[in-house]
Amino acid sequence: MKAIVNVSLKAGVLDSQGKAVHHALDSLHFNGVSDVRVGKQIILKLDETDNTKAMADVTKMCEELLANTVIEDYEIELV
Amino acid sequence: MTKVTILQFPGTNCEYDTQHAFEELGAQTEIVWHKSESIPGDTSLLVVAGGFSYGDYLRSGAIAKFSPVMKAVSEYANNGGKVLGICNGFQVLTEAGLLPGALKRNDGLHFISKHHNLKVIDNDNIFLEKLSNNDVVNIPIAHHDGNYYIDQDRLKDLYDNNQVLLKYTDENGDDKNPNGSVDSIAGICNKEKNIFGLMPHPERAMETILGSDDGIKMLQGFLEA
Repeated sequence: MKAIVNVSLKAGVLDSQGKAVHHALDSLHFNGVSDVRVGKQIILKLDETDNTKAMADVTKMCEELLANTVIEDYEIELV
Repeated sequence: MTKVTILQFPGTNCEYDTQHAFEELGAQTEIVWHKSESIPGDTSLLVVAGGFSYGDYLRSGAIAKFSPVMKAVSEYANNGGKVLGICNGFQVLTEAGLLPGALKRNDGLHFISKHHNLKVIDNDNIFLEKLSNNDVVNIPIAHHDGNYYIDQDRLKDLYDNNQVLLKYTDENGDDKNPNGSVDSIAGICNKEKNIFGLMPHPERAMETILGSDDGIKMLQGFLEA
């Protein structure tokens, strides 16, 4: 199975890249955008077949390496 | 003689400047490759030098924290050994949990490389004892991810424990923030005051002919303890 990990800056931590993209969209006259957040996506191909175990493993990976939980949140999706 | 050990990861690029700076000040130095599982027993200061360890992949400093040498670094630091992280070294120390907070992308999104003024906020520590509070020093900065972040509660702890050491200012010591850093913070230490981290490069401010020799007073503090 695959795990899709989305890492983004926590709410309340200023996302300068998101702000810059928002500004660029404004200058292109895409006026209906109220907020932009830029994050990163990490896709892991897993040998594990058990969802619960896979989720536990990937959560540990996020806590130890994939995200810096001082400034970032992460979401895991198994597919 | 003081022995300064300087760590080298793949992508570190300030180890030789750091070595030169400390040797100019009369220290003995040794560069230690990150695969080493120990650090020299006679080390009196351990420097995590600047650069781009592991190409800044994932996050600056994120992968370096798992290098074999880092276990020895944590042990050394937890036993009261003195550690200085400069630029990428500061990022590595925060990623490793040896210093609080994190370094984010600069607010302006650009890599900044220039001389900047810094104000000494607290000199009651070995790093800044050669300077006085409110002294303004001129030190180069060169970073993309130098935007120090810490949440408000922990920021209060930093102030309460005199852990905020340096702030970005103009030449008069008035606030001037190049990168969006919380409260314009440029350098901090841990609560026990044996682990220091800063984004600016004191090792690049050793000669007036190259713009400033204000780094001498900063690095000297480590050599006379």
